[in-house]
Amino acid sequence: MTVSLTPQGEQHRPSLQPTGWLRYFSFSVDHKVIGLQYLVCGFLFYLIGGALAGAIRTELVSPMSDFMPRDVYNQVLTLHGTVMIFLWIVPVVNGAFGNYLIPFYVGARDMAFPRLNAVAFWLIPPAGLLLISSYFITGAAQSGWTAYPPLSTTTAASGQVIWILSVLLLGGSSIFGGINFIATVLKLRRPGLKLMQLPMYCWAMLGTSILVVLSTPVLAGTLILLSFDIVAHTGFFNPGLGGNVVVYQHLFWFYSHPAVYIMVLPAFGLVSEILPVHCRKPLFGYATMVYSIMAIVVLGLVVWAHHMFTSGTPPWMRLFFTIATAFIAVPTGIKFFNWLATLWGGRIALNSAVLFSCGFIINFVLGGITGVALAQVPFDVHVHDTYFVVAHFHYIVYGGTVFVIFASIYHWYPKVTGRMLNETLGRLHFLLTFIGFNLCFAPQHWLGLNGMPRRVAEYDPQFAFINQLSSAGALLMAISTLPFLWNVVDSAFRGEIAGDNPWNALTPEWLTSSPPPVENWEGEAPLVHEPYGYGVPIDQIDLAAASGSDLWSSGK
Amino acid sequence: MTSLKPSSTDVASSATDHAHQDHRMFGVATFLVADAMTFAGFFAAYLTFHAVNPLQPDAIYELELPLPILNTVLLLVSSATFHKAGQNLRKGANQVCRQWLMLTAVLGLAFLVSQMVEYFTLPFGLTDNLFASTFYALTGFHGLHVTLGALMILIVWWQCRTPAGRVTSENQFPLEAVELYWHFVDGIWVVLFLILYLI
Amino acid sequence: MILVLGGLWIGQNVNLLPADASANAPVYDELFRVLFSIGTILFIGIVGLVIFSLIRFRRRPSQRGDGLAIEGNLPLEIFWTAVPAIVVLFVGLYSYDIYDRMGGMTPLNHGMDHSAPMHDPSPPDENGERVWGGIGTSSIQAKDGGAIAAVPIEVTAMQFAFLFRYPQGDFISGELHVPAGKPVSLRMEAKDVIHAFWVPEFRLKQDVIPGQPTVLNFTPTRPGTYPIVCAELCGPYHGGMRSSVVVDDPESYEAWFNANNTLEVADA
Ligand code: HEA
Ligand code: HEA
Ligand code: CUA
Ligand SMILES: [Cu+2]
Repeated sequence: MTVSLTPQGEQHRPSLQPTGWLRYFSFSVDHKVIGLQYLVCGFLFYLIGGALAGAIRTELVSPMSDFMPRDVYNQVLTLHGTVMIFLWIVPVVNGAFGNYLIPFYVGARDMAFPRLNAVAFWLIPPAGLLLISSYFITGAAQSGWTAYPPLSTTTAASGQVIWILSVLLLGGSSIFGGINFIATVLKLRRPGLKLMQLPMYCWAMLGTSILVVLSTPVLAGTLILLSFDIVAHTGFFNPGLGGNVVVYQHLFWFYSHPAVYIMVLPAFGLVSEILPVHCRKPLFGYATMVYSIMAIVVLGLVVWAHHMFTSGTPPWMRLFFTIATAFIAVPTGIKFFNWLATLWGGRIALNSAVLFSCGFIINFVLGGITGVALAQVPFDVHVHDTYFVVAHFHYIVYGGTVFVIFASIYHWYPKVTGRMLNETLGRLHFLLTFIGFNLCFAPQHWLGLNGMPRRVAEYDPQFAFINQLSSAGALLMAISTLPFLWNVVDSAFRGEIAGDNPWNALTPEWLTSSPPPVENWEGEAPLVHEPYGYGVPIDQIDLAAASGSDLWSSGK
Repeated sequence: MTSLKPSSTDVASSATDHAHQDHRMFGVATFLVADAMTFAGFFAAYLTFHAVNPLQPDAIYELELPLPILNTVLLLVSSATFHKAGQNLRKGANQVCRQWLMLTAVLGLAFLVSQMVEYFTLPFGLTDNLFASTFYALTGFHGLHVTLGALMILIVWWQCRTPAGRVTSENQFPLEAVELYWHFVDGIWVVLFLILYLI
Repeated sequence: MILVLGGLWIGQNVNLLPADASANAPVYDELFRVLFSIGTILFIGIVGLVIFSLIRFRRRPSQRGDGLAIEGNLPLEIFWTAVPAIVVLFVGLYSYDIYDRMGGMTPLNHGMDHSAPMHDPSPPDENGERVWGGIGTSSIQAKDGGAIAAVPIEVTAMQFAFLFRYPQGDFISGELHVPAGKPVSLRMEAKDVIHAFWVPEFRLKQDVIPGQPTVLNFTPTRPGTYPIVCAELCGPYHGGMRSSVVVDDPESYEAWFNANNTLEVADA
């Protein structure tokens, strides 16, 4: 929003905007309010999705299907996947942090289209409630978050149709958000601020939004066709009527592979903001970071068929998609090595934000390596649709993105509330999460390699022990949420007062009061040409005092 | 979006103030890119079906061309008339603009009518076979776009009825947005016509 | 160096896989060991760097100042662009080679044309139906250079069972029996929804798709009984959709086959 701070400007403000606590429950157009709405709403859905995961892990403690009926298990896993992806990760890394931070970073007072922004947010709660309620009304969809036909067209129709409706709403929300981010980053930059001076998160969001705008509509179209098959009995994906089930898979993955970068690119951006501040060093390799984001965007659009290596795709196609997929490791690797170089020689504060960021690096590398292995057709033929894949993507979505979300909450909490989070509780949270997470998902690699398929409520008894390990890890993860929740609630009232800029950060959101005023800055917005201008210039270091390893990284 | 109205006092803080730029057309264009991708998905599905799922010989049906050609002409002409309307608005000739707008809307509605006529004369129904389903899905989705477009044209037509209305030569945004959208829908039709009727 | 050697050792010696029971399983395991070695080296290397940095460069209470203002280092950045690129290229070419050795690149219809008309009274391709991708050749080179024809078997998957039809003997079995050392060619089709045919010990999996027959060719090697698992969500009892494959030595296979054969004249 571009209202100026002059009294006259104030008169332009929509006068019906409530203030105080109430504004968080209203159609607010303030980007900071919307960002927090996304965050809190997303977190509530995370608890629901986590509770569903808990149900899954409880069922899998024993090899028999004894905790819940088999079709309920399928509903639970469908809801778990859908809630976690569309109602937790995507809204939070894009919507929450994007809305909160991007206007600061480009030096604007609000997003380009504040109302569209509010509309985008307010599509989410009804869609989410619709999805959850389907479980209680008619039974939820039970064909997995991928909803492959003919299964999705032959199971109970009402649950599937509600699923389609809510995913369409969420997709719409995400498209509106994407349009807004593109316009804000490209058009709303403060005059004098060049693209290559933007904080990295802006680039990440630009790339993400391009993916959103290009791929989400395809999902929408696909789901519309699918709903026709269910409701009007057309035969797009019905082989009995001459249709083709594999075409659905192509269309679905054309969206859903880019979707995984929609879930992770913003997380990359957030880490790039957090690390330099706490290492007191500039972000290493800014330009290559930018190029690698764009390379991921381009490559991400042409690798979808790696989810379909066993679907009877022609050999040349598998070959092409193997190579394209594996190449994504190159730009991603650049980012990882740049982060390592950012750590190297820094003055690293070992606080919760850094611990979670480093946990992210470790987990994601493992997930990425298994990803590259999965990209190899002969390898994938064995482990496709097994727990190996489940382990791969939880390492990335949880070990990667969710870790970053926690890191970001520790980093930006003082910004939002003006108070610090408790460090001891934060480290306890990290420790429990890290151990629980690895205990839960590392053993699943072995399960997949040795013959346990995914999406099953009952399995070969020889896998019982490893599954129990995994369930124990899940329990630990659930427990780890408690110190976090307590910390966040308690610190809001009793936390140490943070001051405006507790981390001595240089990015623009810290150059205002904490919490920030309605129009972000009293007076003029700062012009930040060097968001990462930390550190002692190289020519000033005392060569005698510096050790060899410091020099290694400086290239001398 | 009240704040987008330029206000002279804003100049004081104009370093961060973008009141003089209007990014809404950029937003509309981005939205149309997204919309185009929806169609691209449909087209891709259609072409794949076409290539790998040949129909049983008795289900193959030659589409009649006259009506679709008429439709193409209708839409192309309507793009031109809309352009005329825009030109006149920029000149400040509101009433002339409105006449062109009305003509455009009528052409759009004529398109819809003729599309309906085609639907009712076709020998196949929605669920008859894969081709039929895809045919109706594509043309139907496009028809929905035309319907929405025609409605929006009528709204704009209403909004510029007085020189002091919401759409004027100073505030052309609604008209420009609908115009871009309309050209887009026409363009989609041309592709659709090529793919559906000629291949 | 230690890292590389250690990684190689772990990759070669830690076995995470079940027994191998088909001709391509050892080939697969070779690929697995290579990937596992590379992965271990990378993973341990990066984790080591992170932990080292966190300890070595942690902010000590006495330190107030910033780290070094290093913005980048072009040679270094080129170096770590090039290394993954080379690794990825190597892995890609290598897995292509593996894939080729597993028979993945053989044109499929070609394979079918060979085996089908020879033994099958009603060739599956009679109405020009397309057969979709699978893996493996349907014939292997015998020692003397001639091709051994594959045993054709028709697989039908439905909620929630597999049925195996032996066209050469015109009978149906609920359990898959295959002779060790002879190539087998499965022609698979689903009745209702998508299923997937997976034998972990064969390292092979192929979706069974309604409306699109798929083929899967392999040569079992190690006699024994192995599970067949449905790997594609197909409904509530997806987890229970299992069967087993019995790899017999050729004599017992022959006996089993003859006991079930319903065709009067067993042609040669
Ligand atoms: C945020 C989500 C996310 C991300 C970022 C990724 C990233 C990657 N994924 Fe993953 N993936 C999923 C989420 C994600 N994935 C999900 C949800 C599924 C399952 C869907 C379902 O079926 O339900 C899936 C499934 C999946 C499959 C299909 C498996 C199957 O069903 O059979 C494949 C196959 O190729 C794959 C590959 C990859 C690759 C190559 C990457 C790469 O981008 C990873 C690149 C990163 C690195 C490699 C690490 C850092 C790099 C270096 C340190 C450089 C050096 C490295 C090397 C030289 C190797 N993924
Ligand atoms: C995108 C993000 C994401 C996240 C964060 C998670 C988080 C978790 N996931 Fe999930 N998962 C998916 C995405 C995600 N998952 C997807 C896409 C699938 C595929 C679905 C499909 O096949 O279609 C899947 C599938 C999947 C499976 C496979 C099911 C199967 O194939 O049969 C399993 C099994 O272990 C699992 C486990 C877990 C666990 C233990 C967590 C844990 O990390 C969760 C930790 C969080 C908590 C434990 C919450 C803590 C809070 C509470 C417990 C409080 C209690 C609640 C209230 C009071 C309301 N997930
Ligand atoms: Cu059949 Cu799963
Ligand atoms: Cu993917």
